[in-house]
Amino acid sequence: MLDPYIESILIFSGINVILALSLYLPVSAGLLSLGQGGFMAIGAYVSGYMTSVLGWPFAVALIAGGVSAGIVGLLVGLPSLRIKGVYLIIMTMGFGEIVRVFFLNFEPTGAASGMGGIPTETTLPIVVGVTVLVLLMCFQIRGSRIGRALEAVREDELAAEVIGINLTRIKVAIFGLGAAVAGIGGGLFAHYATFIDPGQFGFQRSAEIFIMVVLGGMGNFLGATVGALVVTILPEVLRVGDMQEWRMTFFGVLLVIIMIVRPMGLIGVRR
Amino acid sequence: MLLLQQIINGVMLGSSYSLIAIGYTLVFGVLHLIHLAHGEVFMVGAFVALQVVLLMGGGVGVAIPAAAVASAVLGVLIYLAAVKPIMARKGHFLAPMISTIGVGLVLQELATRMFGGEQVGFPVQMESHVWHLGGLTITSVQVVILAVSLGLMLALHLFVTLTRVGMAMRATAESMVISHTLGIRSDRIIILTFAIASALAGVAGVLVGMSFNSISPYMGVDMGIKGLAAMLLGGLGNVYGAMIGGLVIGIVEVISVGYLSSSYRDAFAFFVIIAVLLFRPRGIFGSTAHVEG
Repeated sequence: MLDPYIESILIFSGINVILALSLYLPVSAGLLSLGQGGFMAIGAYVSGYMTSVLGWPFAVALIAGGVSAGIVGLLVGLPSLRIKGVYLIIMTMGFGEIVRVFFLNFEPTGAASGMGGIPTETTLPIVVGVTVLVLLMCFQIRGSRIGRALEAVREDELAAEVIGINLTRIKVAIFGLGAAVAGIGGGLFAHYATFIDPGQFGFQRSAEIFIMVVLGGMGNFLGATVGALVVTILPEVLRVGDMQEWRMTFFGVLLVIIMIVRPMGLIGVRR
Repeated sequence: MLLLQQIINGVMLGSSYSLIAIGYTLVFGVLHLIHLAHGEVFMVGAFVALQVVLLMGGGVGVAIPAAAVASAVLGVLIYLAAVKPIMARKGHFLAPMISTIGVGLVLQELATRMFGGEQVGFPVQMESHVWHLGGLTITSVQVVILAVSLGLMLALHLFVTLTRVGMAMRATAESMVISHTLGIRSDRIIILTFAIASALAGVAGVLVGMSFNSISPYMGVDMGIKGLAAMLLGGLGNVYGAMIGGLVIGIVEVISVGYLSSSYRDAFAFFVIIAVLLFRPRGIFGSTAHVEG
């Protein structure tokens, strides 16, 4: 049997890869989001509520969590057609905070004191399976017609529209897809942590997901994957004294240094 | 009468948001950068003021200058260490903003380490008078908050419109290249802008500490996002827009607490952001120039 400590690191690595990919998807169309923590919260709460209170099977709850986060993502994605760049980032930040404040006040899921008693359903094979599926999906999208359309939208929206790409459809769809993936990541997280509270899905979480993608490189999904692995595993490797406690400080400094030294990320393509 | 009282309370709260929003908007004006560590600068200002008052004693008169100086120094350091080197390298246009997220995380974590994660009381007290004007209640703390923030806004207005340096600041915001050609040392102007923006945030930190009577290392994120909302509402890069935007957000927040529900108070600012972005992305006073950003 696997050492429980190693197993927990592997599970968190998988969850973080899924979350990083959930941000990579909209980023691949040039839509940056600092609100992935909000979608993750929706997935975590919906699936956690279904398994712990309603007693639904885990698989159904996980999918339902992903779908509800995806639907909210579609709704949030609609205005993303009108705004770009920094405006979109601020809006997604605002969205993330709204979700957090909502769960902070939502009595059925325990409000500020959090929701406990979620069954432990997330095991390593499940996480690995879902991660592989999401990776496979990103790989398939990249080579497909949609992937090329996304790339065109990212490089030059006007030109993309001129050659007949439906901007509305593709942007909203990819934003919603990213949100759904974040929701599934949240569901997996909830069923591993067994206790969730709104504080876990605040701005820090969104920033952490953002860091993974930026660190690895925004250009391709392998970058996001590597970024997620580095963010998860590095603090464990550096576990000397209370390094774990200094995690966010370390990543903050790392983020600044990477932006100075390698603005395109570890595995980045200079465009 | 109740509505009037709410509006007065809203203006008190909103004037602090205005000070933060002005900082965002000044920095955005010259560098087109959303300075996401600005909320943390605000928080550090409040904590420095607290430490200074605890060590040296004194009241508002000591706390406000201490916070302003400390925040200004911090703001300039952030620019020199985490923004300037990236701007010089011409990477992705969002790279400097991402780097300020990193700075914000570091500052928040360091403050948590040094002062603990709990809320701490803010003992910068003064003689407390309460005036009753008809049915309205106004405390001396509120008067000080309003006087300080409106005074600073007026001073800033005079500074940017009347002095040569202020004119240079506006010219740099208009076009850095052209003002550089005309002999304005844009690098010094940028540093000055960061210093002023951060000093205002530090003062806002003291004012917020006084009105809520408590500060915590996590308050920067919340206030930062509200300041952003105020800036967006006024229009990016517009100083007067930021002033009005802050007041509007403050009033909306207090009224929504009074008439709707208090537990969602922190969400209203964000609803305002989303509404503004949907219906008028350039803000109340903004030009369309930045919307393509």
